[in-house]
Amino acid sequence: MDQQPPTAFDLELLGSWADSHTHRVQLALKLKGLPFEYQEEDPLRPSPAVLLHNPVYGSLPVLLHRGRAVLHSVVILQYLDETWPRGRLLLPSDPCDRAAARFWSHFADDKLAPSVAAVFSSCPGDGRKAAVEQVHQNLKLLEREMGGGGAFEGRRFFGGDEIGLLDVVLGCGSYWLAVFEEAMEVKLVDPEAFPRFHAWLRDFEEQREVRETIPPIDKLLEYANAVRQMMLGGTADDNVAVN
Amino acid sequence: MAEAVVLLDLWVSPFGQRCRIALAEKGVAYEYKEQDLDNKSPLLLQANPVHKKIPVLIHDGKPVCESLIIVQYIDEVWSDGAPLLPADPYARAQARFWGDFIDKKMERSCISNLHMNFQSLFRCELNANKSSAFCSFSMDQIYEYGTRLWKLKGEAHQEAKKEFIEILKVLEAELGDKKYFGGDAFGYVDIALVPFCPWFYTFETCGGFSVEAEAPKLVAWGKRCLERESVSKVFDDPVKVYEILKQVYGFE
Repeated sequence: MDQQPPTAFDLELLGSWADSHTHRVQLALKLKGLPFEYQEEDPLRPSPAVLLHNPVYGSLPVLLHRGRAVLHSVVILQYLDETWPRGRLLLPSDPCDRAAARFWSHFADDKLAPSVAAVFSSCPGDGRKAAVEQVHQNLKLLEREMGGGGAFEGRRFFGGDEIGLLDVVLGCGSYWLAVFEEAMEVKLVDPEAFPRFHAWLRDFEEQREVRETIPPIDKLLEYANAVRQMMLGGTADDNVAVN
Repeated sequence: MAEAVVLLDLWVSPFGQRCRIALAEKGVAYEYKEQDLDNKSPLLLQANPVHKKIPVLIHDGKPVCESLIIVQYIDEVWSDGAPLLPADPYARAQARFWGDFIDKKMERSCISNLHMNFQSLFRCELNANKSSAFCSFSMDQIYEYGTRLWKLKGEAHQEAKKEFIEILKVLEAELGDKKYFGGDAFGYVDIALVPFCPWFYTFETCGGFSVEAEAPKLVAWGKRCLERESVSKVFDDPVKVYEILKQVYGFE
């Protein structure tokens, strides 16, 4: 399916500045050189536009292409590949590699992300220790896949020599690991325990398009601390969740 | 060659059935290997070390895990057969969205409704081998939702039922007057949902409501799907499913 290169008015992204799923789409659009309009939304108070285009979940991000909504970041990334197949592609061409990228993307959202979130909402003591251990278990599985005999053995990025779908999915969200390490005073990504994951993450974060997409860590840390304050009942300020 | 394609599966699993339907739609010969989830085989543990779950498709020695990922893989590899996903990227995105919805909502609601009348998480009668395997199969979900549902009665029971009916209505609205979810062609979303249809009889019997009354188009769609050989071959008799679930979970 071939489409003409979009004009700036063809693509509109409704998202939130601190939302890793929004970052995935922003990064993908940047990597593909696709121009787009961006509309900042409050994830806690979906606007009429969000509710109109995503009536089932009311969640972000929402990509509008000529007014038609595409939802869920991983679905959006595949949609971009398929709509502009002559541009830079995020998914590999081999069906087995594609299945692996999809499998680990699902792992990232279904297992890894919730375990990292659980650290954030944990209380000090055994609960936090268990939550941290769960993150380590999940990182161990990923680390193993990056090593000898694994699906991603010997690669610089999950996508090969260049960033691909799984890099975007895992990378946009992995910055929370560093943020929570600081905020919760825990060790999540020990370079000795997870050398490949650690090296990949550093490499990913140094890419130009990634640096242009991910907000500064100190801003994310400030946001995380504010959310934690709110969770602990520190403030009833509703606006603390967004800038 | 049939031996180049192997499916590790469990007879009653709706997720495994998705894969069997997809393989049948494409006319792919394969070897079916029934798994014992009480004693997981070395092959299963090697093929799916991350989750240790079925289904797993092994193609020329390489494993593919997770049912909807397997269905997409089958569509991409055996691309000369009738396509399971539509050609248009926007329609594909819609299909993926609804496949994900079914995975998130339907599965969770099915399991929570299943345990509406659950007597005891730990005292289920394990009579036949198949009951045992089914019980084990559901154990992952049980442990995920079980402690919350263990006390499910009264108001919470009504909530679970309400949630399930709501999901049916959303799917009914999405189907509309189309023959299948993707339009005229049977495909991905139909495959994702149809294996859950035999469970409807159990829910309406236990829950005291009628799926047909709440979602008549969905029921008609289910019957249309059943006319396809790929579906009828894997379709469990709803009464048989009810009897098994009744036996395993001990509800009246």
